Amino acid sequence: MAEDHKIETDEISGTRTTGHEWDGIKELDTPMPRWWLTVFYACIVWAVGYCIAYPAWPLISSYTTGVLGYSSRAEVIETVAEHKAGQAQFRDRIAAASMEEIRAEQDLFEFALASGASAYAVNCSTCHGAGAAGGNGYPNLNDDAWIWGGTIDDIHYTITHGIRNDTDEARVSEMPAFGELEILDDAQIESVTQFVLSLSGSPHDATLAGDGAVLYEENCAACHGEQGEGYPELGAPNLADQIWLFGGTPEAIAAQIHKPRQGVMPAWGPKLDEATIKELAVYVHALGGGQ
Amino acid sequence: MRDQMNNAVKLFALGAAAVLAAVAAGRGHDELYSFHMIVFAAAAIIMFIRYLTGAAKPAVPEGEFDASLIKAGVVMTTIWGVVGFLVGVIVALQLAFPEFNPIPPWTGFGRLRPLHTSAVIFAFGGTALITTSFYVVQRTCRAALISNEAGWFVFLGYQLVILLAATGYVLGGTQGREYAEPVWYVDLWLTIVWVVYLLVFMGTIMKRKEPHIYVANWFYLAFIITIAMLHVVNNLAVPASIFSSESYSLFAGVQDALTQWWYGHNAVGFFLTAGFLGMMYYFIPKQAERPVYSYRLSIVHFWSLIFLYIWAGPHHLHYTALPDWAQTLGMVFSVMLWMPSWGGMINGLMTLSGAWDKLRTDPIIRMMVAAVAFYGMSTFEGPLMSIKAVNSLSHYTDWTIGHVHSGALGWVGMITFGAVYYLTPILWGRSRLYSLKLVNTHFWLATLGIVLYAASMWVSGIMQGLMWRETNELGFLVNSFAETVDAMHPFYIIRALGGVLYLAGGIVMAFNVFQTIRGRLREEGGSAPAPAGTVAAE
Repeated sequence: MAEDHKIETDEISGTRTTGHEWDGIKELDTPMPRWWLTVFYACIVWAVGYCIAYPAWPLISSYTTGVLGYSSRAEVIETVAEHKAGQAQFRDRIAAASMEEIRAEQDLFEFALASGASAYAVNCSTCHGAGAAGGNGYPNLNDDAWIWGGTIDDIHYTITHGIRNDTDEARVSEMPAFGELEILDDAQIESVTQFVLSLSGSPHDATLAGDGAVLYEENCAACHGEQGEGYPELGAPNLADQIWLFGGTPEAIAAQIHKPRQGVMPAWGPKLDEATIKELAVYVHALGGGQ
Repeated sequence: MRDQMNNAVKLFALGAAAVLAAVAAGRGHDELYSFHMIVFAAAAIIMFIRYLTGAAKPAVPEGEFDASLIKAGVVMTTIWGVVGFLVGVIVALQLAFPEFNPIPPWTGFGRLRPLHTSAVIFAFGGTALITTSFYVVQRTCRAALISNEAGWFVFLGYQLVILLAATGYVLGGTQGREYAEPVWYVDLWLTIVWVVYLLVFMGTIMKRKEPHIYVANWFYLAFIITIAMLHVVNNLAVPASIFSSESYSLFAGVQDALTQWWYGHNAVGFFLTAGFLGMMYYFIPKQAERPVYSYRLSIVHFWSLIFLYIWAGPHHLHYTALPDWAQTLGMVFSVMLWMPSWGGMINGLMTLSGAWDKLRTDPIIRMMVAAVAFYGMSTFEGPLMSIKAVNSLSHYTDWTIGHVHSGALGWVGMITFGAVYYLTPILWGRSRLYSLKLVNTHFWLATLGIVLYAASMWVSGIMQGLMWRETNELGFLVNSFAETVDAMHPFYIIRALGGVLYLAGGIVMAFNVFQTIRGRLREEGGSAPAPAGTVAAE
């Protein structure tokens, strides 16, 4: 068959075949489409031109740099420098100013809010949420409950040093695991739980809460306060405001007394520059609940 | 006498392999290694028994066409397809609903993702390529494989690679190299299998009874040779111990990244493009019963594709530590690659000129045409995305995922479905497939699935890219990363839905193939006459 090398003319297209045949498959001798070749050549010409203009070919110890002198690193450095130059006047002033001064000057305050929002989105929203509403274990930053204090300086300190991380200045407090350490037994924990619920006027069992009052006085009041008003210097949350970091059901409260979960926040001081931290403090303070 | 000697040597080799693997299993430093050595030993023992009892004796004498090998390949291609699509649907759902993790940690996204990519590329695609290449080379050379036994070794050895790779991922074994995750001894085993594959394929071409080598075989050969080279270089590594599954790559830093993407991109180029072009060049002319459109175009686009593709890998590393000159080369070679890629599309589509009416009547042709159309779309999109200005928006976004899937689901999947539908009735000697209407159902399920997939990922990817770079008038970024993830959620659900449709199509195909093998024919009214290509069992 194929050895015959029979060149035929295909009836439908009127094109001749090459005379090859494999398993019944023949080939037409159609020329390459003109547009196809033209575009192919154009791409090659463009590629050559691009290689002349831009860094392209490796040499022994360097490379052809291209007539435009382009370098992606130089471009990044330039772009970053441009952005920094545009913001420098504000950022330099913010770095030098006190928190009160930043809030007093309108243009600085507005810039700090915008910059803080951006830094918040990148660094903080992962835990505290895009809208700063927090979640179970992550404090809401919009309300006026501040575990470690809600003045702008408190917030600035918390952002800089974080909470219960391994840096020296971190804010640290450790509520004892009353159940696990057998300071209180299960029945006592239940009583204290009911008393804690009563502090915020939540539904509770009055009898048990009565028993819990004494236990609370002995074990809890030193940090959380007689009326559960909390003690920000020790990071002891307010128990009377119906705002619960780890949940407000009797089970969640009892679990927290039995073996508390202790939130951790990184220290941002080593990671972010001074101006950014101040801007973050301004932003977070302005979210709604700043004192 | 000689046969007995041969058999004795094989029995000895298999016995020794089983013993060595069992010893290694005992000394293994980690459970994965020991488990895999037991798998090796079990495989060797099974083959030992088959040789001992004579069960391994080929169905036909050497020198004749062994249809059972191709049949086994068609069945496994179909099975791996359904498995790969199913895992794809699971990982798509995990992206939309991260808590969807049925058996932690085995079914976490990190382990299932390589399982999905390997299952579709290497299990489904690879088995399809080995199977069709063995069929096509024998048909177009008018010669049987130089050794059917070696052909079976390639097929079974490759299935063992798939088994080792898949179990490795689920048990937590990985080299951490994208699309080359299997651990070092699996790589070595694949190298042996692949070299035998090359020898069988080349040997068969060399003893062909046709004066010329058909274009499909050029593409298959380019695929086999280049994959061998890519596989060996990319996987160069030093094992922590010969009794450990851990190993250290020979490359570090940006050299490692470039080696990885030189491999990764050419796995696309030579596995998913060149290999499947080989498939296209045989099955489209056969199914359409038309001559190939242009011999000259096939030569020029073959050589330009082979020469240009191998340079394009650096476009995966735009705006990274990779030197600018390498980025430039990756980009310009990718752009030059546009027309050589389209040469295959033109030859595929124009081969149908004079047979366009078959698009109406033959759903298999429709499937193949859709494959070529998706091939054309994704090989235009590829060069476009390699341009640095475009890449700065598209890189790391879902756009890339959409691009890959329009090529994988559209081109690789559809052309393979076409080949499976073509081969099944011929191999099992049936007058036609069980049901052409089900082929049509499969076509629409797959096409709709791809449309949902690609469209959702385009929108999601471009939105993601724009959100990442959005800045306000004071020069600050507007969105947090978490906000971009949140914005993508609805598109992830649409994508998963597309995957479900595509999987459903795969199941319909498996059913159709299964029924055809059983010899069932579905009574179907006149609208779709049996296409000529499938009528006569050859």
